[in-house]
Amino acid sequence: MSGRHGFRRVLVANRGEIAVRVIRTCRRLGIETVLTVSDADAGSVPARLADMVAAIGPPPAAASYLDVDAVVGAAAAAGADAIHPGYGFLSENARLARACAAAGVVFIGPTPETLEASGDKLAAREHAVAAGLPVLPGGHVADPEQGVVLAGRIGFPVLVKAAGGGGGRGLRVVRDPGELGQAVAVASAEAEAAFGDGRVYLERYVSPARHVEVQLLGDGQRVVHLGTRDCSVQRRYQKLIEEAPAPLLGDELRGRLHAAAVALGEHLRYRGAGTVEFLVDPEREEFYFLEVNARIQVEHPVTEAITGLDLVEEQIAIGEGRPLRVRQEDVAFAGHAIECRINAEDPRRDFLPSPGTITGAVFPVGTGVRVDTHLQAGATVPPHYDSLLAKVIGHGADRGEALATLRGALDRCAVDGVVTNREMHRGLLADAEFGKGGVDTGYLGRFLESAAYVQENHGSA
Amino acid sequence: MDLTNDDVAEILALLDSLPYDELDLQTPRFRLTLRRTPGGWTQESQTLTEPTAVTSAPNGSAASPTPGPEAQPTAQQPHAPTSRPGLVAIAAPLPGTFYRAPRPGAAPFVEVGDEVLEDTVVAIVETMKLMNSVHAGTRGRVAEICLENAEPVGQSTTLMWIEPA
Repeated sequence: MSGRHGFRRVLVANRGEIAVRVIRTCRRLGIETVLTVSDADAGSVPARLADMVAAIGPPPAAASYLDVDAVVGAAAAAGADAIHPGYGFLSENARLARACAAAGVVFIGPTPETLEASGDKLAAREHAVAAGLPVLPGGHVADPEQGVVLAGRIGFPVLVKAAGGGGGRGLRVVRDPGELGQAVAVASAEAEAAFGDGRVYLERYVSPARHVEVQLLGDGQRVVHLGTRDCSVQRRYQKLIEEAPAPLLGDELRGRLHAAAVALGEHLRYRGAGTVEFLVDPEREEFYFLEVNARIQVEHPVTEAITGLDLVEEQIAIGEGRPLRVRQEDVAFAGHAIECRINAEDPRRDFLPSPGTITGAVFPVGTGVRVDTHLQAGATVPPHYDSLLAKVIGHGADRGEALATLRGALDRCAVDGVVTNREMHRGLLADAEFGKGGVDTGYLGRFLESAAYVQENHGSA
Repeated sequence: MDLTNDDVAEILALLDSLPYDELDLQTPRFRLTLRRTPGGWTQESQTLTEPTAVTSAPNGSAASPTPGPEAQPTAQQPHAPTSRPGLVAIAAPLPGTFYRAPRPGAAPFVEVGDEVLEDTVVAIVETMKLMNSVHAGTRGRVAEICLENAEPVGQSTTLMWIEPA
């Protein structure tokens, strides 16, 4: 099967806002779309936007969106040339990538070998070392006794990580040496049950730290970077606000981050869109490799805003077998962009999820504003999937302008029918520390516990 | 053909200079409402086209999904009694997936016959990837566990019955 012709029909194997996003670019390129839907998403907005839908199972993801055979079967039945896996679900699943190859369908993403190399977080660490990237002091722990020895060399606190985890899953901090043995044993049992891989490793826990990542595009031969993103505003390792480029980084450090990411991409002969995540120690101006995300990410719009590129279009072109259309010198950065993730959760009730039915969905529109969403009045927010409702992005000539644009944009968002975290985002965007930029990963926790926030949101009515 | 974001931007550029505060555009396929507010324009849109099922399927039973309004989450207890004399129900706090143990591979929180206090955690309901602890709410003994592990539950579905102390 030749990869050198344009796709006529693409199976979009995902749901929610990213399904809408992928369908939009396919429509613009004149590519027919077939959307996989579980029974919970049969009448969703992306289902109405796609040219066709293919039912792949009942609502639980394990029986539908995570069913490799159902997804590949749908592609074959629909005569799709390629599958776009979105993010999450099977987007980094080597078994899906191999099943696609066997069925003569292009998997729009990296090779199965790259997916395995990046999905195994321990293997990814080894690749990073081989490519010359700095990694946090740490290593594989085969048993609790070995863990104690290793931690003795690293120093406490340490972070226990699951090799099969990633995306913020399978992490626990251990501050007390006496608790390490138990923590390793428990982490291993949980990892075995959750990921089918009980291997754990330790890394030095650095705090304060910033989460800075670099976007890559590769065609298997060449790799280019599309700059940095800062994703330090997180709650329980889940990102809530992201921005591009990462603010308040010295040029020299920024250049080293770009170069390190490209070096890893080249070492992996990376094909597709991917992101290299780094931990930046702001006090020492040092950085360390964390993991590779071999998929398009939720926060990709902020990179699109400052580069003018359509990353889904680039993914499709690479999937069609074309060489990268940009050289590094062609990549230009303009301005600053910030994104807020609007989730169906109630910050006033410890972020209790809020599934339900949307009764109203009004969003801002205008210069410098972008909204990616799958909502409209009548849409349901099922309990089976994640809580992301919409991404609101503000773009401006500099960070101050992007922030002002985003504040005004959030003011004009009105989602009714479920509880959202919009007010929390408005508070964050008004906060002086966020306004300065360069916050660390502990910032959101401190903000939520600050006297001002608690008074505003939990004070007596 | 749906409007693209560029189309909307063009409409907006035209509207902005005109003395109108609202544009409401409706076709059989979509509805678009643009409103001018003091802080800027808002957009409210509805895609009205019905989904089109893929016409062929390898096993012939083209599983055609339900068109029209989205399927509502359903509760899973067609025969569950709404009350049992002498017993107190523990209801799901949210729709989601019912789990009997704190994590995969661990022992269940409670079995039938176990004694519980008001704040004993008896189960987890996972909703949108978040684990919500379910508390007994009553002192007593677990009389019946109504669902299997990993079964979906609707809002207020009865999970267990407690025989109060």
